[in-house]
Amino acid sequence: MEVTRRGFLKVSGAALVSGGLGVSLKPVAAHAQPLKIQYAKETTTICPYCSVGCGIIVSTRGGKVVNTEGDPDHPISQGSLCSKGGSIYQLSVNKGRLDKPLYRAPYATEWKEVSLEWALDEIARRIKDSRDKSFTEFNEKGQKVNRTNGIASVGSAAMDNEECYIYQKFLRSLGLVYIEHQARI
Amino acid sequence: MTNHWIDIQFSDCILAMGSNPASNHPISFKYIQKAMEKGATLVNVDPRFTQTSSRAHLYAPLRSGTDIAFLGGMIKYILDNNLYNEKYVKFYSNAPFLVNPAFRLPGENDGVFSGLNGTKYDKSTWSFQKGADGVILKDPTLQDPNCVFQLLRKQYDRYTPELVSKITGTPVDKLLQVYKTYAATGQNGKAGTILYAMGWTQHTVGVQNIRAMSIIQTLLANMGVAGGGVNALRGESNVQGSTDYALLFHILPGYLRAPLASLPSLKDYIEKSTPATTEPKSLNWWKNYSKYITSLLRAFYGTNVAPEEAYDLLPRLDDGKNYSWLSLFDAMYKGEFTGFFSWGQNPACSGASSNKTRQAMAKLDWMVNVNIFDSETGSFWKGPGMDPAKIKTEVFMLPCSASIEKEGSITNSGRWMQWRYKAVNSPGEATPDGELISELFLKVRELYEKEGGPLKEAVTKLTWDYGPKDAFGRVTHLDAHAIAKEINGYFLEDKEINGVLYKKGSLVPSFALLQDDGSTSSGNWLYCNSYTEKGNMAARRSRKDTTPIGIYPEWAWSWPVNRRIIYNGASVDPETGLPWDTEHPVIIWDGAKWTGDVPDGVAAPGAGRPPFIMKPDGVASIFGPGLADGPFPEHYEPLECPIDKNLLSPQFINPTIRRFDVGGTELDLRATCDPRFPFVCSTYRVSEHWQTGLMTRWCSWLAEMQPSMFVEMSEELAKLKGIGNGDSVVVRSVRGEVDAVAIVTARFKPFDINGQTIHQVGIPWHYGWVTTAMRKYSHDDKKPEVFTFGDSANLLTPFIGDPNTMIPESKAFMVNVDRKGVK
Repeated sequence: MEVTRRGFLKVSGAALVSGGLGVSLKPVAAHAQPLKIQYAKETTTICPYCSVGCGIIVSTRGGKVVNTEGDPDHPISQGSLCSKGGSIYQLSVNKGRLDKPLYRAPYATEWKEVSLEWALDEIARRIKDSRDKSFTEFNEKGQKVNRTNGIASVGSAAMDNEECYIYQKFLRSLGLVYIEHQARI
Repeated sequence: MTNHWIDIQFSDCILAMGSNPASNHPISFKYIQKAMEKGATLVNVDPRFTQTSSRAHLYAPLRSGTDIAFLGGMIKYILDNNLYNEKYVKFYSNAPFLVNPAFRLPGENDGVFSGLNGTKYDKSTWSFQKGADGVILKDPTLQDPNCVFQLLRKQYDRYTPELVSKITGTPVDKLLQVYKTYAATGQNGKAGTILYAMGWTQHTVGVQNIRAMSIIQTLLANMGVAGGGVNALRGESNVQGSTDYALLFHILPGYLRAPLASLPSLKDYIEKSTPATTEPKSLNWWKNYSKYITSLLRAFYGTNVAPEEAYDLLPRLDDGKNYSWLSLFDAMYKGEFTGFFSWGQNPACSGASSNKTRQAMAKLDWMVNVNIFDSETGSFWKGPGMDPAKIKTEVFMLPCSASIEKEGSITNSGRWMQWRYKAVNSPGEATPDGELISELFLKVRELYEKEGGPLKEAVTKLTWDYGPKDAFGRVTHLDAHAIAKEINGYFLEDKEINGVLYKKGSLVPSFALLQDDGSTSSGNWLYCNSYTEKGNMAARRSRKDTTPIGIYPEWAWSWPVNRRIIYNGASVDPETGLPWDTEHPVIIWDGAKWTGDVPDGVAAPGAGRPPFIMKPDGVASIFGPGLADGPFPEHYEPLECPIDKNLLSPQFINPTIRRFDVGGTELDLRATCDPRFPFVCSTYRVSEHWQTGLMTRWCSWLAEMQPSMFVEMSEELAKLKGIGNGDSVVVRSVRGEVDAVAIVTARFKPFDINGQTIHQVGIPWHYGWVTTAMRKYSHDDKKPEVFTFGDSANLLTPFIGDPNTMIPESKAFMVNVDRKGVK
């Protein structure tokens, strides 16, 4: 018998009924190999790589990603994914992910682990010092420019729209004009 | 994209040029194949025979950097053979407009347009003739020698197939086959689409490449129709959105211009930014400029700061000064910055002339790098050729969340804004970018509140109401919905518009209702309508579609106002209102209103409103005087090229580019027609990696499939250089070198350029030293499961950009290739 995904669910359901009759489920489960997304929570997302915007279903169990697969309901991708989209599981389940803020002091040869709170406090202090030092109210022609010449920013097309919006709002409130990102290159 | 991915299936001829969708946008190929199953022709023009070429009905090679010559020849072919849609051109483009008789074309003016003064054009002759009433003079018969149509004919008359072939290296018969096949889409009911990507933008004539194709699409009536349009295959999941949200120096959200020093007040800004028109029937949508900037200022600074005062808090650019990517890294290299954010980006590999970029970062006092993996940027200070003991730059490397670890929206290439949900928590202390931005802002604001500082109000008065707050007024949890609503915009007071009362605090239903009296807010007018009292439009998942053209209007949301095909007013006959293509109508007049897609720029059929409503005169610009380098595209050689002259004119390269190599720094080098670097080189991508590889090199499945930097070359070149398939080689330009593995293939063929044999090679740009085996890993360094080999292709690319966009010329430059150890 060919067991499709939907068909398999029916088979499991039948097993469950038998369970109610006092038959142990264990051998059945061992025999049928439970689907890896059993009891998993499904969340939809959109692929973070190219700009086609394919749909992906992320299955999680116990706070861990257990599976990612193409979203068959998505009108563009209709369940298909390319090599990159098909591997987004590894963006989450990956020992290479940065998980601690790191700090490199001037002339240091190594990183140092620091707390996020310390890093953000130190960065905020440097932003203020650089801004205050380089803030230019008038340009050489005497025109008002109200800008911070001493800080630049690049990034990011990898952020969500809402993040892009508050990022540029923050940078422009600081007076930055050197604001650029991937769209320029 | 003017159209969207699903729409490609309605095309009769798909031209993939300057792109390789089969490799780089693989799922888009589903729709190319669907079109082919229905009888469409796939035409591919590329220096290399790619995966897209392998499925194409017609493949034509061309030398990198010669697209305008190729397309100019197509324009000539269309005009010579009367293959254009005359009514479309007459009603929907500026072809009938009469141009200033003093205007000169390059063919009669030493290869440049009239008005060149140094590297800048005085555009006074690039103007239209006007009558006493101020209305542009036109010749509806398209016969006047000064009308745009006749000037177009004259401009491209020089682009004969024989001359084009000498420049591009494309055999004449191939040229004519492509021209004939694509020009057939000018027939009524036929649609042709162009799919382009960085293969067109990364040139010193990048914008004019796209302009040339836009002219073709206008001549063939392919704008606004299903299966047509000008479609940029954008490279990143949200690069459309990040552009819309203005992470660029020259714009504010929604493509409003950044304030200039010469515009001291909001009134000046609005006056200078709002286009006027004398064309009686033109809608001139940008007349609403004041509403969008005023609503944006409200979104930034709320109701406690008057819009005029809020404008005063914004930074201004010096007039005429460029602050874009190349200028930014040039300034950094010259030590102009103390601080730098590299947020979700890896410029040490993505920036052209990466040696300069990497050395520039050593001139900083401090730098913040936010990413999900270690990168060549964050760790630049210990990269190849760097001595950490001599580098003062402090670096903060903050781990952020991956896309499935946070909630928010992204906008795809087809302008669809789609909502994503959080599936899991981030590892360790990795934090969503938005939370990091918010935390930083709140800390900086606190410092200004406590200590004061120059123009502190710009920071302290900024609105920041993005979620629940603690007793000290700090946002404790960043709510993406709160931001999305601010972007859409609110009514800030009760407002009656056309007899309807909109309550204070309610979301604005559409940008047509935004006001310039301060009564509305909107963080991005283009996204007004995306989050309304009806809910979060981007989160919609209905597959309902009543149209025959697959627009799925209730799946997610598309800007503007959920319109799926922009300029769709041009899909119908100007006199009858009937669709050009009755089988695939985009909009249909039902006697009282338009149905189908959200109509764009049309009044009732035959009302005479020109449909390109974002242009002041309402029509497509065949003559485009807005650009820096000419109102028509003209072929110029790349900054670095293999021949010593432009075969078309005495003007060798684009005269308006900003030359960093002239009077620039010691790293701004150029080698053109230099025997040390005899081969044309172009960068490209592969399916298994993405951009600098930062999000793919760390994934073992992908790294295993494409582990190594390589250089692809023809069998003829390999023989010439004594290189075998799989050999270790070094690719060198005047700016740097990279190690690579040689891939000897039949996919590249030498070009015959004006009787000279010219070789071209290609290199992917996904690699970087951080994930390689040979580097030193200390205890705090993450180590990839699968090592990759090789560094960034951008170590070789030139520091030069298009004069309009300043996008670097990474697709055409000169290199040499030798076996490792041989020089």
